Amino acid sequence: MKLVTAIIKPFKVDDVKEALKGLDVQGMTVSEVQGFGRQRGHTEVYRGAEYTVDFVPKVRVEVLATDADVDSIVDAVVTAARTEKIGDGKVWVTEVGHVVRIRTGEMGEDAI
Amino acid sequence: MDSGNTAWVLVSAALVLFMTPGLAFFYAGMVRSKNVLGMLMQNFFSMGLISVLWAAVGFSLAFGDGGGFIGNFDFAFLRDIGTGDLALPGYVDDFALTIPAIVFVAYQMMFAVITPALITGATADRLRFSAYAVFIGLWLVMVYSPVAHWVFSPTGWLFERGALDFAGGTVVHINAGIAALVLVLVVGKRKGWPREAMPPHSLPLTLLGTGILWFGWIGFNAGSSLGANSLAGQALLNTHLAAAAGLLGWLFVEKLKDGHPTTLGAASGAVAGLVAITPCAGFVGGMAPIVIGFLAGSLCFLAIQLKFRFGYDDSLDVVGVHLVGGIVGSLLLGFFADTEVNSLGFDGILLGGGAGLLLDQLVAVAATVVYSGAVSFILAKLIDGAIGLRVSPDDEAAGLDTTQHAETAYNLGDFGSMGRIGS
Repeated sequence: MKLVTAIIKPFKVDDVKEALKGLDVQGMTVSEVQGFGRQRGHTEVYRGAEYTVDFVPKVRVEVLATDADVDSIVDAVVTAARTEKIGDGKVWVTEVGHVVRIRTGEMGEDAI
Repeated sequence: MDSGNTAWVLVSAALVLFMTPGLAFFYAGMVRSKNVLGMLMQNFFSMGLISVLWAAVGFSLAFGDGGGFIGNFDFAFLRDIGTGDLALPGYVDDFALTIPAIVFVAYQMMFAVITPALITGATADRLRFSAYAVFIGLWLVMVYSPVAHWVFSPTGWLFERGALDFAGGTVVHINAGIAALVLVLVVGKRKGWPREAMPPHSLPLTLLGTGILWFGWIGFNAGSSLGANSLAGQALLNTHLAAAAGLLGWLFVEKLKDGHPTTLGAASGAVAGLVAITPCAGFVGGMAPIVIGFLAGSLCFLAIQLKFRFGYDDSLDVVGVHLVGGIVGSLLLGFFADTEVNSLGFDGILLGGGAGLLLDQLVAVAATVVYSGAVSFILAKLIDGAIGLRVSPDDEAAGLDTTQHAETAYNLGDFGSMGRIGS
């Protein structure tokens, strides 16, 4: 079992969601996050005083995947979230040791 | 008495009252979200305390018959104000009121309320609420009422000298602006300023407040004609045009210097134009308000940079906008005043009146700066010594909302973590 984590541009959330639905993914979790990558932040000016804003708003998408599905999920996220401009974000995959569905008590890949 | 004039001044009183909540939101949008309620509270509190003090002694000290410097206690607790056709001291002949004295009391009350509230923008984020309450109460009696007497009352020494101030360039804006400068020097800069970013938490609130101020300023300036007549119309038009030109002037310089026209710049420029036209509103005509507004907008934009050069933390630029804007307007009146517009005024330099008016305007500006600056400094030092002007460093870090008022402005996305204490 794997956890797919993606940091994407906020306005790409719908595209990624639709792409994952198209793969019959059973669930996803999104959260609003802030950070920087190579894009870095931007500057803002208030009454002539300039400030740098280091952290850019992003959305983190998390999807649990079976080993068989993980590559297609990563491909779908990358395709849906790509604008080819700086700041598109990243996707990474981590190993998951144990999963339980709280309502039924199902475990492992049955719980995904 | 004239019912039309009375109706207009009654409406104007309501318009000016509305400016203080407008100012509250203008400022509150510019502070960080932990200090929003502190800012709103300081402004709303002025509507409470100053109104009561005005009825008790403030009006009598400003408009009573005590000589050139200050009124007296003849009208304390509004004695005799509601009875018959009371003639206020000095309001005779050309200056005879055509509205009941009690309407004038109410109208002037709203000016008294907003003036100390203007100061709150400078000391934002660090003033102890109790110290603020004591300061504005004493300041009304010892600074606002005397200066209002000098300039507004026909028995005041600056009025008799011939200095002109239609609606409060000196009494309201220079007065509050210099008090703000003195107060920030005594209370000190915010922790982290100017290195740490302290950006506005909600510019939409600031623009909403600006709209309310702009709207209410019609009552402030056009109401100061104390009549429903063509002079009120002139003052209304001047006020609006100066706000419009101020907005353009600020954005013009801002775009040249920083590259972007900002919404905060538009709001600030409009307010700068309104401040500068306040002393001039019923004394100038033609295109003068556009020139005055545009100059005020561009000069105030440059003036707000001074705090970084000289290192005083005027948080929301009360000095740069109100002190500088008030001085710009008061002095430009020495150039643009026109007796064709108002026969009770004088001609300025551009209208062939010579430099006499400009000199009187300079005297009025200097007197207000020196007197208000000195007394505000003494009051600030006394209060600082007695109870402390400033919150503790921990409270400053946590914000005024929770530490001074035990409230939070925005309870969004709360996961039910609050539980009631007690039964």
